[in-house]
Amino acid sequence: MTTSTPLLERTERAPLPEHHRSWTGRAAAALATPGGAVYVLVVALLVATVLANPNFGDPGVVIRFLGRTAPIAIAAIGQYYVIVSGEFDLSMGAVVAAQVVMAGNLIGEDESRILPVTLLMLAVGVLIGVLNGLGTTLLGVPSFIVTLGMMLALGGLVDHLTGGAATGNPADSFREIGRGGIEDVPVVDVIPYPLIILAVLGALASWSMRRPFGRSLVAAGDNPDAARVSGSSLWWLKTRAFVISSLSATVAGIILVGYAGVHPSVGQGYEFTAITAVVLGGVVLGGGRGWVLSAAAGAVALELLFVLLTALGVESTWRATVQGLIIIAAVAVAGRAWQRGRRPRRTGSSSATSSRHLTHHQPTPGTTTGDN
Amino acid sequence: MSALTRRTTPLTSTGIVLVLLAVSLVAGFVLTAVEGRNFLSSGNISALLTGISILGFIAIGQTLVILVGSLDLSVPYVVSLVSVLAAGTMAGQDGNVLPAVALALLVAAAVGLVNGAIVAYLGVHGFIATLGTGLVISGYLATNYQGSHGSAPRSFRLVGATQVGPVPLSTLILLGCAVLVVLMLRRTRVGHHLYAVGGNREVARLSGIRTSVPVLVAHTLSSVLAALAGLLLVARLSVGSPTIGSQGDYDLMSIAAVVLGGTLLAGGKGNVVGTLAGVAIFSVLDNVMGVMGVSAFLQDVVRGLVIVVAVAVYARREIDRRPARFERPTGLDAALQEAK
Repeated sequence: MTTSTPLLERTERAPLPEHHRSWTGRAAAALATPGGAVYVLVVALLVATVLANPNFGDPGVVIRFLGRTAPIAIAAIGQYYVIVSGEFDLSMGAVVAAQVVMAGNLIGEDESRILPVTLLMLAVGVLIGVLNGLGTTLLGVPSFIVTLGMMLALGGLVDHLTGGAATGNPADSFREIGRGGIEDVPVVDVIPYPLIILAVLGALASWSMRRPFGRSLVAAGDNPDAARVSGSSLWWLKTRAFVISSLSATVAGIILVGYAGVHPSVGQGYEFTAITAVVLGGVVLGGGRGWVLSAAAGAVALELLFVLLTALGVESTWRATVQGLIIIAAVAVAGRAWQRGRRPRRTGSSSATSSRHLTHHQPTPGTTTGDN
Repeated sequence: MSALTRRTTPLTSTGIVLVLLAVSLVAGFVLTAVEGRNFLSSGNISALLTGISILGFIAIGQTLVILVGSLDLSVPYVVSLVSVLAAGTMAGQDGNVLPAVALALLVAAAVGLVNGAIVAYLGVHGFIATLGTGLVISGYLATNYQGSHGSAPRSFRLVGATQVGPVPLSTLILLGCAVLVVLMLRRTRVGHHLYAVGGNREVARLSGIRTSVPVLVAHTLSSVLAALAGLLLVARLSVGSPTIGSQGDYDLMSIAAVVLGGTLLAGGKGNVVGTLAGVAIFSVLDNVMGVMGVSAFLQDVVRGLVIVVAVAVYARREIDRRPARFERPTGLDAALQEAK
């Protein structure tokens, strides 16, 4: 009977408040973290773009812009899962290229093939993700190397099969997924299908990160050893993350067929753009920190930045330079902000402790695979 | 006693890489013989060594950066930048060679120093820091240079063309650099600190090591060695090109060579000899596939597979050698552990 006493004592105590601060206080605190600051960045960039180019203030233009951004945002969502678990997925661009070429050659002008080929593409995406995941977890090869190998192998295969040139042309109804939208909507005129896909996937992603899967994935990225001794199955968690990443690249590929056409170079550099977007969204390389929707917002911020540069009349060749400066600055600031955010109540000798924490958790690329 | 330890720890990672290199050499010999050519002809040996040198320079630098726990993705852009700067400064005049080389090395050292400073002082991950500086340089190159640029004088082109027996001069320079870097890693304070910081930066710091110095040194040397590769490309092609680096995929291929050479991607463990063996394996692969007439695209497929499989061979060993843990894995995890 002695075991019931602590239970009794606990019930007598007043329950702890669910949150320390009010709703607005928490929202403000969230905006101060790198994951929230990206939304402020998006709004600031949007205002700046509208000031530079008043046409951009039209809701129809903004919604079309968001439609164009959808594939990279979807890719960023997928990359988020891999990065937050402490890994990298460099094979994304090759997957996009492979899917685009598959769609172009297998569907052709035959509309009846759209459904089976789409299913086949998704299956190929799952297969690539499983290979990446098992290579990382079972073989114990750093994910940087596994996905680099996949990128070389898959990219080489696609180039070999197509001869490096554009081949095939899928049916127009398939391209509508990327091109079209719901017409005659009040205010915004048109809602592009890619934006709807992005919204659905974003909601799914946000939901999944609140599920045990998402929580364990972040835990595995933060401290793989602790996650494993708490009963998480690291290999299965990470393999699922890689599968999600490849699937998101597949979806991005399906959308890109719509307006980029069929060419083996379509996905080129997608992995680095996606990683940039994720990092811009405040997600920490090495895992364990960051929010999934912020990753998508990071993609929007990146594309908005390019629109702003164009509106300001900056030569397109300088884009890369600005992109480079931005990501370095974003990560430098974010690294500090996350560290500060973790210890909100710490007072006194703050400079000494914060500088220690800064050097404390240097993420190591693609090697935090726990015991693997 | 030494016999006992030798029995319990049979082969180091470097040993495995050298065995892999030997296997690939034998396979290359056999496959080339099947095609009716001589793998060991002096022409082919010099082609093999020539194939090693460019990636070799970059991979040695990349080894240093990876050892210290960082990454260098900016190397292809440094190579391109150096190639246009050097070729532009030379402008076909013999007298301009020395200033051009000095300028190239200085600019590269500055880029490396910036990389190192961002990693060491701003606390930005090397992946992002060097991706960022690489993008900055690529924007500069794309804006200011279109197509090939400048030209190298005959005296400088000789560096790329001279051979000592079957061994190209560039390979000798590469070996010289490798020896210097090995000496630095083994015999100097900064070399030892480099391993310490790469192994565990916090422990190194608590042991009284100024952790920023090895990071700065590694990044600077990486960029300078990339500049040597860029200069060598100018000597071979006699013009500078703003896209020569990114065409070669030198960032990812050098990282692959380093990891293939047994260096831990997390840093703190590895050596230059393994890296050179890794580069040599790539060179043998390219050479053999070239002789067999495999298409350039399929060569990428083979490379990708070889990288993953080779690294898997000793990635497993690294796990085995770790000390036993105190938990009992359950279910599928246990099965997977046993499968290893």
